This record gives sequence, C-alpha cells and structure tokens, in this order.
Amino acid sequence: MKEINELNFSDDVKYSKSHEWAKISRDIVIVGLSDYAQDQLGEVVFVELPQNGDTLFKGDELGNVESVKAVSEIYIPVSGEILEINEGLEDAPELVNESCYENGWLVKVKPDDISELDDLMNKAEYLKMLKG
Amino acid sequence: MRYLPHTKEDIESMLKVAGQSCLDDLFNSIPDDLKITGSLDIPESLSEWELNDHMEELASLNIACKNYKCFMGAGSYDHYIPAVIPYLISRSEFMTAYTPYQPEVSQGTLQGIYEFQTMVTELLGMDIATASHYDCGTALAEACLIALRQNKKANKIAVSALTHPSHRQIIHTYISPSGYEIVEIPYTKEGLTDVKALEAMDDIAGISVQSPNFLGNIEDLSAFKAVADAKKILFITSFTESLAFGLLKNPGSFGADLVAGEGQSLGIAKSFGGPGLGLLAGTKKQMRNLPGRLIGKTKDANGDDGFVLTLATREQHIRREKASSNICSNNGLNAMTAAVYLATVGKIGIREIARQNHDKAIYLKKSLEMAGFESAFDTPFFNEFLMKAPEGFEQKRSALINDKCTFAGICIDKFYPELKHHYLFCATETISKKDIDQLAKEVK
Amino acid sequence: MIQQPGTSGLIFNEPLLWDKSRNGRCAISLPKSDVERDLLDENLTGDSPDLPQLSELDVVRHYTRLSQWNFGVDSGMYPLGSCTMKYNPKTNEVQASRQGFASAHPLSGDEFSQGALKLMYNLEQSLCQITGFPAVTLQPAAGAHGELTGMLIIHAYFAKKGKQRSKIIIPDTAHGTNPASAALCGYIPVNVKSGPMGILEPETIAAIMDEDTAGIMITNPNTLGLFEANIKKIAEIVHSKGGLVYGDGANMNAIMGIVKPGEIGVDVLHLNLHKTFSTPHGGGGPGSGPVAVNKVLEPFLPIPRIVKELDTYKFITDCPDTIGKIHTFYGHFGIMVRAYAYILSMGAKGLTDASKLAVLNANYIKESLKGTLNLPYDRPCMHECVFNDEFQAKNHITTVDMAKRLLDYGFHPPTIYFPLVVHGAFMVEPTETESKEDIDQFIDAVKAIAGEAEEDPEKLKKAPLLTKVTRLDEVAAARKPCLRG
Repeated sequence: MKEINELNFSDDVKYSKSHEWAKISRDIVIVGLSDYAQDQLGEVVFVELPQNGDTLFKGDELGNVESVKAVSEIYIPVSGEILEINEGLEDAPELVNESCYENGWLVKVKPDDISELDDLMNKAEYLKMLKG
Repeated sequence: MRYLPHTKEDIESMLKVAGQSCLDDLFNSIPDDLKITGSLDIPESLSEWELNDHMEELASLNIACKNYKCFMGAGSYDHYIPAVIPYLISRSEFMTAYTPYQPEVSQGTLQGIYEFQTMVTELLGMDIATASHYDCGTALAEACLIALRQNKKANKIAVSALTHPSHRQIIHTYISPSGYEIVEIPYTKEGLTDVKALEAMDDIAGISVQSPNFLGNIEDLSAFKAVADAKKILFITSFTESLAFGLLKNPGSFGADLVAGEGQSLGIAKSFGGPGLGLLAGTKKQMRNLPGRLIGKTKDANGDDGFVLTLATREQHIRREKASSNICSNNGLNAMTAAVYLATVGKIGIREIARQNHDKAIYLKKSLEMAGFESAFDTPFFNEFLMKAPEGFEQKRSALINDKCTFAGICIDKFYPELKHHYLFCATETISKKDIDQLAKEVK
Repeated sequence: MIQQPGTSGLIFNEPLLWDKSRNGRCAISLPKSDVERDLLDENLTGDSPDLPQLSELDVVRHYTRLSQWNFGVDSGMYPLGSCTMKYNPKTNEVQASRQGFASAHPLSGDEFSQGALKLMYNLEQSLCQITGFPAVTLQPAAGAHGELTGMLIIHAYFAKKGKQRSKIIIPDTAHGTNPASAALCGYIPVNVKSGPMGILEPETIAAIMDEDTAGIMITNPNTLGLFEANIKKIAEIVHSKGGLVYGDGANMNAIMGIVKPGEIGVDVLHLNLHKTFSTPHGGGGPGSGPVAVNKVLEPFLPIPRIVKELDTYKFITDCPDTIGKIHTFYGHFGIMVRAYAYILSMGAKGLTDASKLAVLNANYIKESLKGTLNLPYDRPCMHECVFNDEFQAKNHITTVDMAKRLLDYGFHPPTIYFPLVVHGAFMVEPTETESKEDIDQFIDAVKAIAGEAEEDPEKLKKAPLLTKVTRLDEVAAARKPCLRG
C-alpha cells in the first residue's frame, strides 16, 4: 500500500467518506472509486454492479468490489436512476486499479437532486480526512 | 500410548522452558471451579489386537458379509470398486493433507480436484462443477436456496414428490428458518412427476425434479424446462445414481440451470450411507452464486501452469454472514476417489458399466414378474424399478437376509403409504444372471 | 544448526488426464454381460461422456505423481492453527474398511445393522462423557454443518417458545464459519471485541445481551489459543435474558479430560471428529461434526436418533420437535468408525494426556519463539499460540513471506492472517503427536528464517524455492476463472 502523498487525487471530482467519487457531466453523475480506495483494496478481480434502470437512494449499496481475499461494499453518493454501468469492468476489473478516475468508472446516474452532492468533499477536504 | 512421543525427560525439559513445574500447571489460566474432578468415564485403552477383535465383532453384527447380494439402491448403490482406487486414495499425501490453502505444496490435491471438476461437467453436460458437497441432499438444498435468493417475488420452491424422501426433508430443514416453503409436485400413475400440476402452480421461485426419480423412472426433463422457461424461474435437476449418465442423456442437454447429485456410485463404498459425495454443477451464469470451493488454473511466478483455490470471496471466511453458504470442509477425498474412478473406467468403461446395470435390471424385472411380482409402472428406467410383491414376501425377504445375505429390494410404504407392499429393486453390474435366477427361485 | 528436512528431490512432471488419453484404452476389465442387451429408447440415451481413456498403469502413475506434489501430516509437521493436524492412526483405516462396515447398505433395516447402530450409540456415549452433555447427534457431515445444526436447534427452540429472536453475539475471536452459519438461520450477527487480555469480558456481553438476542457463539479455547475464563459468568448473563450459549468445539483438543463444556454453561456444542478425534482431513474432507446438547435442547436434535432397548439398538424418527433431517442417511459413518477406534485406542488417560501434551507443545513453542517473532498476547496459552510479523516489518517481510519460506525448510506453515484480531497473524498449533525433536527443528527453522529476514529479505520474497511450483498468480485465477479443462 502506498503513502497518501504517493496517491493521485483528481481535482474535478467530489469525494465521499466511503471513498467513492462523483463527477457531474452535463446532467448526469459519474461514480467511481478514489485512488485511495483502489490502493486499499489491492488488485481488483471482480466488480458487481446493479442493472441499468435500477433506482437507488443516496447511501444505498451500489455493489461490491472484490480482491482475491476481500469483498468491499460500494455506496452510491447520489439518489437516482442507473443509466449505464461500465461493462468494460466485466472483462477487465483491473481498470479500477489502473485508471480509477477515467476508464475505471463504475456507473452513470441520472440524479434526482443534484444538490445531494453538496455535502461531498473536494480534494483538499478529502485529503484532510485521509490524513486524519 | 503409541501416538504420544513424549518421554519423561522431554516433558521435564519442555516444562522448564514453558516456566511450569508440572503438566497440570499449564492449565492455571482455567479457574478451578470450571475443571472436572476425577477422570473421564471411558474404558482403558485397547491394544491394536484388542481393537481388531472388538471392531470385527461389531462389523460382523451387520449383515454385509461374504456372498453379500444387494438388490437395493434408493440413494446408495452396490458397484464394483477396482483395486487401484483404494490403493491410490490411501496414499497419505492425499489422505493426511488439509484443505489446499498453501498451493505450492498442494498441487496434487489441486490438480486432482480440477480434473474432478472437469470430468463432472463432462458427465453432467454443465459449465461448472464445484469441488464437492456433503451429499446429494445437502447439495440440492443449497441449489434450492440459490433459486429462492435469486427470485425476489416468490418464496416457494416446487419439488417433485418423486425426489428422494430424505432430500425433500433436508430441503425443508435448510430453507424453512428463512421463511421459505416447499410445494410438492404430485406424481402420475405412470410413476412420473405431474407436469400438468406444475403448470398450475404460481408464486414459485424454482423447479426441482429428480431423474431417474426415486421410483427409478426416467423423467421427461424437457417438459419441466419448458415450464421453467415460461415461468422465468430456475430449473434444478437432481439424481442419486451418477452412473446413469453413462447411458442416459445428461441434465445439461435439457437446459438445467443447476444440477445436484450423489456421486457415491463413483468408486465410493456404501459405508452405511456416508461419507458419500455431493455433486453440484451449474451454468456459467450461476458461477458466482454456487456455494463451496472451486479450483482454478493459473500460472506461477516462472510462468508454469498451476492450480489454486479461487473465487473464495463467495465463501464464509471472507464474506462471513453474506456468504453463499457456510460450507468449509467438503468431501474432498471422496471427490478425488470419484476422479480416480472416472479416469479408470474412462469413456469406454462407463458406457459398458451403465449398459450392464440397465440390462441386468431389465432381466431382474422380468424374472420377478415370472415369480409372481406385479410391475408397478410401464415406464423406462435405468437400474431401479418398483414392484408390487405377492403375499408373504416380507417373511421370505427376512429369511433371505439371514440365511443368504441377500437383500431383496426396499419396502417403500413408509415413504409412500399409498404404495402398500411395493418394493424398490435395483440391479448393478455386481449381480450375475445366476444371482437373479437364484433370487427368482427363492421368492417364488 | 539442526539439519532441516526440506530438500529438493526428483519431482516428476505430469500432464492433465486428458492429455494422456488415447482412444481405445480402458483401465477396467468388465466381465462379459451374461444377460440380453436391452435397447433403451434412443430419445433417452445420450453419448458416452467424454472421459479420458487410459490404461491401469497410466492411472496409477498419474495419481502417484500428483500425490508426490502434496504435503501431508505423514510428510512432516503441519502446525496449522485451529485445524488440529495430529497424526491419523493407520489402524483407523483398517477398521473403517472392514466389510461389515464398508459394504453395509444404509437401508438394510435396524435388525440387520446392529453393529453399525451399536458403534454409533457407543460413540455418542463417549462424546457425551468427554463433553459433559446428555445427548449427541452424529449426523452433521462437517464442522460447519455441525454449526448449522446447532443454530437450527437454537432457532427451533425459540420458535417452540413462540417468540423468535433476531440477533446473535459473535466475538472477534470466533471461527469464520460462525457468522455464515448464524445467517442461514436468519440471525443477524452482532460482533463484539475481546478485552485487553484477549478474552471476553462479562461487562461487554452484559451491555449488549437483550431479549431479542438468541445468544452467543463462543469458541473456547478461543482462536488466540486462550481459555475464556469468564465463560461461566458470560453464560449466566446470556441465560438471564433467556438466551443460549453455542460452543464451537473446534478447539476441544486443548481440554479433553480437563474441562467439560456441558458443565460450565454451554448449551450446545459441535465437535470436529477430523480435528480432535484424529480422522484424516483428506485434503478437504470428508469430516464429521457431531453436536452435543443439554436436556432442554435434546428434543430438537435431528432425526433419526438412536436408542438402546435392552440389548438391541434402533433408529427412531418420532420426535415432534426435531429440526428434521440434515443428511440423506445418518451422517459420515465411515468417519465415525475411525473416531471410535481412536477413542478406544486412547482410553480415558490417553485422551487427557493428549490434551496436556498438546498444551505443553504449544507453550514450549510460544516461549521458544517469543523473542524471534512478536507475541501480541504474552500469556499462558492452550493448544495454540499466535505470533505476528511486527519484528520483521522493518525489512518489509510479512507473515506470508515467512510462511512460504517454511515450505523450503520442510514444514507446512501455520495458519496465517487468522484470527483477524491480530494483524499479520501466524498461528501455530503443533498438536500432541509432534515430538520434542521435531518441534525443536521447527523452532530452529523459524529462527533461521527470521535471520534471513534481516540478512537476505529478497530470498524470502521469492520463497518457496524448492517446491514443484513457485508462488501462484491468484489474481489472474480470479479475474479470468478457468474452472475446467
């Protein structure tokens, strides 16, 4: 596992306490895992995601990420309908490790209320939380 | 005691290192009022000679001695076990190893079970087979739980009334604490599961049908698959006689989603009903829902092929209360036994064994008919079939056991009270024509 | 320095079965059929399964070579914590293979199965005596199956009382199967932490035990190898709220003839015949997990049960409160024969001595290695002791590196990364059947490896070096599962 200063934190996303990130792109929200989260998990071997069209509430379990010897739950940082899941992860779950802010995104959501993202953290706040 | 290597001097010097003055002091962390006073009320130790005598005396109280003729099946079958099987399986490297948690020194078990998984998928026509379960009943209960968990709307599972009675009871034990229920699919006068009755059932999460069924008859699985598809629910099949698929179409060819079976016929002694071998197989789609261990192929650091336990995140030690099952130890050595058996009989042998089972059963049925038995059904079967016995048969049957060590069928009215005086007969490759002729003469 | 058993020998390569297959070979010679061939309806018959085609020697060499890639108790010391890898006596195998046992059909009828019934009855009586409970079922097929049975009994008990409960307390030192077993009965596990001494404190339990909690699942000795000295007090707290105490008896090897769980507040307990009672583990079973219960829970035991009337034995199924059946027949009878043979061979004194010597061996290792490896709970242990890799962390050497290096020295590694309460756990259970010389060799090997961790850490990272294969890519195995050939 890396030290926090070795990790990469994108400026244009917002972070949740449970280490998911959310990015607003036009009127949809893209959700993924932070570099800290993927580093803690180790090599990801499987990602379990909901189905297109499912509706979830903020804080609901979005799915699971598995490494060889651990399973971690992922939570959705905004309420809404799942528009698209990252199907590339089925064959290449390692994208979560290799490109957590780009190709390793998890789902795209049509948010019910975009203001729900207001209480997420920006990069500085997130770093502060990680450093405790 | 020959299993305890410590000399008096060893004990003294080890106690010194441990900082204790006597063995009893090692237990000082246990409060005195929790300790027993006195000793266990268990007999003094026996020498190996005395043990042999005692055990042979017990073993001989079971009627399963020389000239043993077994015309019984019902989930436990008398098949020939080639000498290579116990010989190879008793190799201590297989027998005295633990679960292969350290793959570098467990490749024997791992490759062996990988080959087992492969041969089971071949036998059943399925994509994936697990590394084993306890027996067919527990594997089938797990399969029913998979179907129930996947269906959020229904909480009942439809199970054929011609599924092994013990298996139906186990399913009930496993699923009822979670609030699930079994509905039984009745059977027809042909001795087959009533597909019409099934069609009318609503609010079910899956269908489970045994074939050949408990009364020996071969079910038309395609009809049940059609119902499962129409209802958009999982189709589970089960079986107790794995050698049937040396001859019959396999469950995969009928589109089964999950298959649970008993593998005792594959080189494993009857051993009063256990340990047998639970088989559980599924389609690729069910891979992550299957409970129990799976072995996968991979590479080592040098790029050489090797095998490991894989997809462990489904299991209890990682997913804990969210695991697909609590199973940990399975019936590994019996899976290895079945693998050696399947490799021994091979493609040619399994066909011939299966044919001989079927042929002898046909001959036995004809012989019994001539001896005054009445055929219960006119339905195709593999190596088991149901007969209505003539009056006075039960007394003759007991005498045959006592005098000739011959077990002529199983009375099934305790399982199906409506089938009074009906006996389930079985013939395998271990029975000769002469044995059958002799039996027919005795029961006439 | 003691000479270590690990060395490299001639190790054969061996392909997969189907790579050896040649059309037309068959390793079984069947008698010619003496009855007419029946032509079954073509719609019912399928193709013969495409199994490998081999000669008998092909089969024998294949499995002989495979076996040589395995490490077993007969190969060397196997100090796998919480698994009790003791010697598996050979006479047990002879007893289980007697024709009267091995050929017995489960539906022969009580009258013709008196030997099997008597053996099972006697084994039940012995296990009652060892555990201090009045009744036992032998039906569960493995330890986890025993746990499930025990939890089903608890579930049935509350159902009968008319008020089901929703939670169960599970300490952090419990076995991994415990939460999964409880969940199968619909109970929500409530995790509790052990105290600073590595054992449960009564106050912790008192604070969370309520009338919606079915009870507690407690492993004693726990997975830190420590005796839960407050068990009686904890049981009183649980009982006072109407709850039940489930005992995980996987670690019974520490306390035979010393403590009877049935007498110290435990209500239901499972045993592992393949641990404490010497039956071989077989590379993953078959095991056997009998469950012992007190008088109140006896009516809920699975059916059939065995009763003795005068000098005959019979199965009974007429038990209205039973949880039902949990095995197609009566459980793993073949394993019961072995365990029974073990108990008779050991006798009362032998069993008690076994526990004493198992505890002696563990304490000897704990004291001998505590300067070499970090010992998070430095207290007298029972049959196992738990170290970790804290001393080696400065060289970036972890528990797994030391475990893999032990393979090169000719030892099976201890249980690693369990229990979860100890970070980087290295859990050693030597069992009573290891001699002082073998244990000294093990201690010496661990010390040598700790030395290598200082001087040549890279060597440990690459270990094992002498095994058939090196470290395997488990990530690739899980990402792209290849589960059949």
